[in-house]
Amino acid sequence: MSIAETSEARSAGVSNSQRLTVRYFAWVREKVGRAEDVLDLPAEVTTVGELVAWLTTQGPEYARAFERASVVRAALDQVHVKPAHSLKGAREIAFFPPVTGG
Amino acid sequence: MAVRVQREEFDAAAEVRTLVDGRTDVGGAVTFTGFVRGEAQGKQLLTLTLEHYPGMTEMELQRIEDEARARFELTASLIVHRFGELKPGDPIVLVATASAHRAAAFQAAEFLMDYLKSRAPFWKKESFADGSESWVDAHASDCDALGRWDGPGLTQK
Repeated sequence: MSIAETSEARSAGVSNSQRLTVRYFAWVREKVGRAEDVLDLPAEVTTVGELVAWLTTQGPEYARAFERASVVRAALDQVHVKPAHSLKGAREIAFFPPVTGG
Repeated sequence: MAVRVQREEFDAAAEVRTLVDGRTDVGGAVTFTGFVRGEAQGKQLLTLTLEHYPGMTEMELQRIEDEARARFELTASLIVHRFGELKPGDPIVLVATASAHRAAAFQAAEFLMDYLKSRAPFWKKESFADGSESWVDAHASDCDALGRWDGPGLTQK
């Protein structure tokens, strides 16, 4: 089951769920196989870390991308955050490897 | 007082001239330019491709620059970072700082580079002459370099 299917099924039946754009960069993007997903957040998923755990159950590509979950970094609405951070009110989350600019 | 993220090459000397043009409060300017090395992991590099997070990149660079300006007495500053496909010898990043006295400019330039390397959302992928490709791993040393700058600063939420 893909996230897109889940998302459609949920949006048909749930009126006030939180819609979140999930973006992937660098090798996280390559492992997931696309640059972003749009999903309706399950009610039980309230933190960044819980979202990672939920994503890994959504298909082998997510399990592979988050295999080394402690290495993957996150930004919520374009600000660096840690796994315990709340998703409340967020519109966009991004997952990526440690940055290597400069 | 500016950050730019661009595909095009930059001219460090021209950028500094523009930065201090018409100003009389600048006693010194420091520039740092980072270049693509032609060898990595003992192999010959063909290209280095930089991916970034449009939107967040600019915001994060701006936050880093704001932090530098809060800590050091700068009269002007500039960060230019490239993305896309680069070749050995190409410039990647430019940091320029200007101040009334040299210490602030030197320190701020190093601060900007340390923070930029560990916080700005860029990722490098290396393509080698032997046909292999790999994402560059983050260096623990880059993260450790932040430790010498006191205070919470730009720590994660």
